[in-house]
Amino acid sequence: MKRRRKLGRGVAVVGVGMTPFNMYKDKDSKDLFVEAFKEMLASVDKGADPKDIDALYLGNFTSDFFVHQAHWGPIISDILGLSPIPATRTEGACASSALAFREGVFAIASGFYDIVLVGGVEEMSKRTTEEVAEGLGLALAPYEMQVGFTFPAVFGALATAYFAKYGACREHLMNVTIKSHNNASLNPRAQFKLTIADLMNQKRESAKKKGEPLPTWKDEKDFLRDPRVNPPVAWPMNLYDCCPISDGASCALLVAEDIAKNFTDDPLYVVGLGQGSGKGLHAARDLTYFEATRYAAKEAYGMSGLKPEDIQFAEVHDCFSIAEIIHMEDLGFFKPGGAYRAVEDGLTRLDGQIPINTSGGLKCKGHPVGATGIAQLEELWEQLRGKAGKRQIPNKNLRIGGAHNLGGTGGTCTFTILERR
Amino acid sequence: MENKPFSDVSYNQFLNEDKLMGCRCKSCGTLYLPPRPICIECYSFDMEWVEMKGKGKLVAFTAVSVGPPYMVAEGFNRKNPYCVGVVELEEGVKIDARIEGVDTKDPETIKWGMPLTVKFLHRTEEEKMKTFLAFEA
Repeated sequence: MKRRRKLGRGVAVVGVGMTPFNMYKDKDSKDLFVEAFKEMLASVDKGADPKDIDALYLGNFTSDFFVHQAHWGPIISDILGLSPIPATRTEGACASSALAFREGVFAIASGFYDIVLVGGVEEMSKRTTEEVAEGLGLALAPYEMQVGFTFPAVFGALATAYFAKYGACREHLMNVTIKSHNNASLNPRAQFKLTIADLMNQKRESAKKKGEPLPTWKDEKDFLRDPRVNPPVAWPMNLYDCCPISDGASCALLVAEDIAKNFTDDPLYVVGLGQGSGKGLHAARDLTYFEATRYAAKEAYGMSGLKPEDIQFAEVHDCFSIAEIIHMEDLGFFKPGGAYRAVEDGLTRLDGQIPINTSGGLKCKGHPVGATGIAQLEELWEQLRGKAGKRQIPNKNLRIGGAHNLGGTGGTCTFTILERR
Repeated sequence: MENKPFSDVSYNQFLNEDKLMGCRCKSCGTLYLPPRPICIECYSFDMEWVEMKGKGKLVAFTAVSVGPPYMVAEGFNRKNPYCVGVVELEEGVKIDARIEGVDTKDPETIKWGMPLTVKFLHRTEEEKMKTFLAFEA
């Protein structure tokens, strides 16, 4: 049996910040990161001096493609006034900043550094939708790109395999979308703040004003079935199954556990870390789970001594509706083939047994790919410290939350568990 | 043929010759498609080429309405989606491929498990032949 993985010394999160995710015409990656950094500093209860930061780890997928500028580590450390401290970029596609977080944790756990800034940034909206599809496609496995797969196409294909094995259908995926929009309507930082019901009303009002015939949707699912408002992107992934194109930045301040109380009386502790790598679709043993997520979960549970049932809530990488379902099974929250029914039964709602993506998830909070991993931790920070406002999980003893981040078509998956003590 | 390296370059050259070639580990017999230089079951480097019969079934698929620029250039769009999928071959290995001969405008009619036969789509790119792997219903 392998040795139980553990950190050389404890690491705590003492501050987190992020920009709201959106399409920012007049802001670039530097502007966005500065905004997230400012918010992070303000979130440190007893204050933090940027001069004390020992190193920066920055997640960024492909600004090389999106804005034709690579090598973002030093650019960000310079604009923050941190240079000449070491600045390292991590790349793991849509899981890039989860990797930055891990590297920051390891750097402190090793004893080398005491205070590390970790973050992520991505600026996607200056490109056309087709170009963004091409840019994200750089993270597909080689043979997928060659035959015309896109990211929505990969997840569409996985959905058909899942449907065939477990008897689920598009209607079940709609439950995920409706829940994401409900949660996002309570999140001031979300890119999409309207519930599906709000959207229906908005479209009805707009039709009324224009003197057009009023849409006759019976309910939210009826709306989502309507190809005029919810057209296919890569069937069975339609528009409302897919996360948007976003710009944004996120960051967190990590410190050695023994100095955490200098920064706040209420730090969050890193108790579980896991990361796995996966193969392309063709080489996967089974197309209804992600081997890399299962591996990451096993590592994180092993390190923490926790079980899936100990995770009280989680942010789960829902780049597409089917992804949330499959990953909840891979993380052990539900048995294989059981997650779509759990969503239908409301178990993943804000007031459910295990609230999932209380932020609105990638689907509604937004998904500037390199910033997502640490933005997920921002949601854990707010929920665990009781600062999530209207979307606060109604559990008075909230202590343990998980964040799952995926890059590529499952090529890089991480699972991080934070604890409030 | 025996001298070709077990690489993507060789794999694509074979596609240009209308051959779907994988490789088998001479040590443990595991089959790989596309070919791999290392057996990931037993770590042997000793491989041999194997031609696939080109028959299989559809085990995952999608009809793509919003494609990347190179598919749009081929005339695919919201009104004319294309199908891609994963095909499990009779030999037991899986491969990503374009799927032809299905109604992409009505994807509900495309059935999981439907039998398919290999088809090689030849294109010319910058005066070089390039072959896309397809399977036809």
